[in-house]
Amino acid sequence: MRYSQKCMTTEEIKKTSTKTGAQEGFVYLPLIAGWLVPGGGHFLLRKWGRGALLAASILGMFVLGLAMQGKVYASAHEILDILGMAGDLGNGLLYVISRMLGLGDVQVQVTTADYGTRFIVVAGLLNIIAAVDAHNLRTGRKS
Amino acid sequence: MGNLVFQPSHFTAVVLFALFASTVFGITMREKPRDMIRYGIYCFVLFVAAAIALSWVMYLIAR
Repeated sequence: MRYSQKCMTTEEIKKTSTKTGAQEGFVYLPLIAGWLVPGGGHFLLRKWGRGALLAASILGMFVLGLAMQGKVYASAHEILDILGMAGDLGNGLLYVISRMLGLGDVQVQVTTADYGTRFIVVAGLLNIIAAVDAHNLRTGRKS
Repeated sequence: MGNLVFQPSHFTAVVLFALFASTVFGITMREKPRDMIRYGIYCFVLFVAAAIALSWVMYLIAR
């Protein structure tokens, strides 16, 4: 018998998941959807309110980051650039779209541009947290 | 980003950052809606209070 979070056995988790219908289909779909589209994982699980708030927060942070003339990392040669790019990739499709449209590719030397770059990186990191939360909801670890 | 240019002050940027991050933390770290709101507010206050406290520390060091 394996034990997981909050002293629940795997059997208890399975029972809880089955009750909510969370065991049907591809388990990682909310995780992937949540990564690609902010709040998408929660929308898939019909958690409309949570999904909308997450989407508004992450999208808001990303858009404000771009509006502050923040940089979207395109290549990584140094360790800090690699970390920044890893954060940016957390934005999923937002990252792809911004790269396709050429947004955030101009380096601007103003203070707010540096804030903007951080906003974009943190939006990606928050999106990963949200996607993992959707996965936890899907597996029944969280209700 | 096109014509949309936003240049907030330090404090506005901190408040916006705290608002967005606290919302995500509140939703993802707690299970019940009431606990989510409480934890979100708690995180927001800590973010802003820490920023103000550290600002004063840096101001006093710089003098």
